[in-house]
Parts: sequence; C-alpha cells; structure tokens
Amino acid sequence: MLSNAEWEAILLSLRIAGTAVGWILVPGVALAWFMARFEFRGKALLDGLLHLPLVLPPVVVGYLLLVSLGRQGFMGQWLDQWFGITLPFTWQGAAIAGGIMAFPLLVRAVRLSLEAVDMKLEAAASTLGASRWRVFFTITLPLAFPGLLTGTVLAFARALSEFGATITFASNIPGETRTLPLALYTLIQSPGKEAAAARLCAIAILIAMLSLLISEWLAHKAKKRLRERDD
Amino acid sequence: MIDEPHDEPGLRVAVDKRLGDFSLKASLTIPARGVTALFGASGSGKTSLLRLIAGLDVPDSGVIRIGEQTLVDTQKGVFAPPHRRRLGVVFQEARLFPHYRVRGNLTYGMRPSARPRFDAIVSLLGIKPLLNRFPATLSGGEARRVAIGRALLTEPRLLLMDEPLTGLDGPRKQELLHYIARLARDIDIPIVYVSHDPDELIAIADHLVLLDQGRLLAHGRLEELLMRFDLTEYLGGFDAASVITATIAEHDHHYALSLLRLEDGQRLNIPLVDNPPGTTLRLRIPVRDVALALSKPEQVSYRNQLNTKIEQIGLVAGNKTSIELRLRIGEQVLRARLTRKSFDELRIKENMPIVALIRSVAFDTR
Repeated sequence: MLSNAEWEAILLSLRIAGTAVGWILVPGVALAWFMARFEFRGKALLDGLLHLPLVLPPVVVGYLLLVSLGRQGFMGQWLDQWFGITLPFTWQGAAIAGGIMAFPLLVRAVRLSLEAVDMKLEAAASTLGASRWRVFFTITLPLAFPGLLTGTVLAFARALSEFGATITFASNIPGETRTLPLALYTLIQSPGKEAAAARLCAIAILIAMLSLLISEWLAHKAKKRLRERDD
Repeated sequence: MIDEPHDEPGLRVAVDKRLGDFSLKASLTIPARGVTALFGASGSGKTSLLRLIAGLDVPDSGVIRIGEQTLVDTQKGVFAPPHRRRLGVVFQEARLFPHYRVRGNLTYGMRPSARPRFDAIVSLLGIKPLLNRFPATLSGGEARRVAIGRALLTEPRLLLMDEPLTGLDGPRKQELLHYIARLARDIDIPIVYVSHDPDELIAIADHLVLLDQGRLLAHGRLEELLMRFDLTEYLGGFDAASVITATIAEHDHHYALSLLRLEDGQRLNIPLVDNPPGTTLRLRIPVRDVALALSKPEQVSYRNQLNTKIEQIGLVAGNKTSIELRLRIGEQVLRARLTRKSFDELRIKENMPIVALIRSVAFDTR
C-alpha cells in the first residue's frame, strides 16, 4: 500500500519524534516541577527563555543549533574532538531540533497540571513520613498525570511536524533526516509528484488524528481513575 | 508547664515566628501524656504553633525538642523536615489522597511494626466498611476518621490535630469527639489538639495552652485553668463551665438515671448512661447551671444537691452584675456564678459552707 520511501519517512519521523520526547521528558518534568513549586529570582527570565523556541522562527533555532553544535560550533567542536560525536546531518541532530522545539509545550502543560495539584496533600504526605521523592512519585505525579499525558502528546506532535529547525540543522537526507514534513516538501518541489504529495499529506493527517485520539482516550481513562466511581 | 514530677519529657517548644503583621512568640512544654489543647480565638496563633511543631513552617528563631531529640534549633542550624519527625498530623480538612482507596490511604505511611495493630485501629475508628471506598465517596466525619487512622498507623510519637471537628454538624461532631476521646484513652499517645471551641476542649483536654494574639496567656491542667476567674472571658465567658470527675455507682433503669459517686462520697444523678458501674465519668457543669442555697432545700426539683465550702470569691472583668465563686467539694472544685444582689442577700463569705444545686450536667466518659 505504501511505498518504501513513504514507510522510511514515517518510521524515521516516529523514531525522531519519539527520541526527542524521550530526551526532554525527564528534564522537562523536573523543570516544570521546579517552576511550579518554587519562587526564585529570575523566574520570569527563565520562563521567557523557555518559551523562546515557541515564538522564534524555527529557522533561527536551527541556525543557532548549527552555530553551537555544528562541526565548527563551540560545543560541536568539543563533542567531535572528545567523543567523536557529530550531530549535524544526522537523525540524532534532527531529534535535538525537534526536542528543543517541543520542550516549551511539554513544560507548559506539565507545569500547569502540577500547579493544580493541591500542595496540602503533599504536606500531608510528608507528615506521614514520605520523603520529597516519594511525595513526588506517589502524590504529585499521579495527580498531575492527565496533564503530563497532554504535554507528552503535544510535544510528540510538535517534534513530528518539525521542519524549519530540522532542515537548517540536520538537512534533508533521505533515510537519515528526511522526516515526513521534509519528504512532503521535497515532493512539492519536484514537478509531477502531486499525487505522491497528496498521499503523504493524507498520511500526515492520519498520524496526527491517531495520536490525538489515543491521547484523549488515555487522558479520559486517567481522569476517570482519579475521580473514581461513586459506587 | 506541667507540674507532675513523674511526667516524662514531652515536647519542648520555644519559638519566635513573624508572618506579616502577626507574630507568634511562645515558650512551653507539652506533657508526654494525655490531651493538650492549644486553645484560642482565630488569629491567636494556635494553628501556626501546630505547623511549627509539625515542621511545615520554619521558626525565625527557637528550639523544638521532643523527648531527647532536637527537631529544631535555629542557633545550631538544626531543622528536621516533617517526614523525619514522626509526628502524626490530622488536618482540618481530612486531606485524604483522592487516588488511593481508604485502605491505601491508611497504609500510605504505615510502619511495618504497626501492621499488627491495623485491624484494632480500623475497628476502633469504625472504618472497616470503608476500606475499599475512594475518599470522594466518604462523608466529612468518615473522612476525618480515616485521616486519624492514617496518622496513627505511622506510629507517631505525638498526634497533632488541627480543629478536626470543623465543618461537621452537631451529631457528627459528637460522634467524632467520642472517637477521639476513646483514642486518647485506649492508645497511649500524647495528643495536641487545636481548637477554638470551649465545649470541645472541656470534653477531651487534660492540659490547656491558652493563646491570645500570638502570645501565651496561660498553661496548665484544664481543671485548674477553668477555675481561674481571670481567664473566664477566654474560656467561654457566659458559657464557662467546670469539670469534675465522678464514678458510676449504679443505674436506675426505671427513671432512666445513673447514680454517680464523687470521691468524697456525695452523690449525683445524671441521665442514664451506657457505661457499666465503676466507670469514671468526666462531668462538665456550666457555671450558670449551678444555683446556691444556704441549706438543703426541701421540695425543689433540683436532683443534685452538693455540700460545698466557698473557697474563693471573685469578679470577671467586664461583668458588673455577677460574682464568681469557687466551691470546694473534697479534692475537687466547682464554679458557680450569682448576681451581686443575691450575693449580698445571702451574705456570702469565704470558707462558708453552702449547698450547690446543679440543674443540668453534661458529661463525657473518660
């Protein structure tokens, strides 16, 4: 049904988006928790910095990545010399671009849901002998779970649809960094590929719908578990 | 504060805390036994004090010590976080975890050594039928009881209760008060009970810490503080009461009365209670329900007539009509109030014998 190139683009997209979300999940939740529970100097500045990828043109983010993590970049040079890691023009590089673009969405959703968790319950748990870690994993996180789910799906969708930063930093290499949006863009650029472009477009819509439905279903289940039957 | 020489070291608190306009400054000892009520109007600092003890707030300066262990010492930079203090806290709102069943809430902080006591505590609090329910389905009184059980199962060294009866209606309030009183009796654990309701504290407190606007007004044994005229305005004012204890001698089922004996042998009738003869009851006698007569009157409806001796005569600030009396009955003391007019007509003097006529008796089993 699907051509090899199409499969390749889909699987690559899923892998890159999945990796991106996997990388940002823990730091994202940690930062969200930190922002939700503590007041500190420079919080507004950090918040602004955090939201930058959301408001900057993605190409700018891609360019900044190239400048910093590119082979000549100050961090890229160091990574290359010491670990032999090169990021530009690799799928890992694409995952970094997608992760950075998705990060603010994740943090925002998780932070809102953490802020909605009653801190009095956390205090009660601590008086019952629970350490900060235990309070977080047994009270805070379960109660914020629907928000965590929403944030994860949003971040996944954002990473999946990432285009500007990816093409700037990781380029458009078939089988390596040519994700669904990039494949679609390539097809649109080539004359006579309208039908193939339309197919890819439909596939993109399908994947987006599917992930939305799954997240809705999971969130519904989680909320139901929290509210609990009044039997 | 407390005075009995055999008392083990309890909780020692000497703290200073400023919160905006409000400042709390208190230094006191809470005994290692019985129920100590932190009592005062709202804004008196009683809940702030409880939060400092629980470790939910940090004092600006001061020391908190339980037994031999230092929980807080600002000078030495010691601060034990709440989860290291082993103090049980029962909050005003039960604060049950909505995503755990009742059983899960109860076992959340349970120490392995408390496991054998699980069933006993659950049945003491009457929450056995609730174990598989979720908190959202519980009534206010049920949720409080679960919260109490949850705190007890952590085997705390001290149980802190912050107005646990708030928001319950009359009968539920009585019921929960009854559970707490049983707890204090059956489980040997010191309780610090925050309240602004004189009735509550008279029903369950052994010791009293009286706070007013962040300052310690008085502390000591409940019976003794209730006898102090100068504290009347804080301890119920018009509704002030005294507490005496008596033992059930026998029941009169025909008239539905229980006959009690005071330690000096005098007798009291109260409406029939369930407890078996031999049980010691704590009686709450409102000051204004005590009338006085120079000799035992015949043909009056007062069932209870006690021979007493006038020990002290005093006034309550702000009340120009009444005179307050302390009456001695054996080892115990009863308070009475009469108008200045009656006082003059009866020519009352200190050390004079007088008969106390008691109209009604509220009682709590201990």
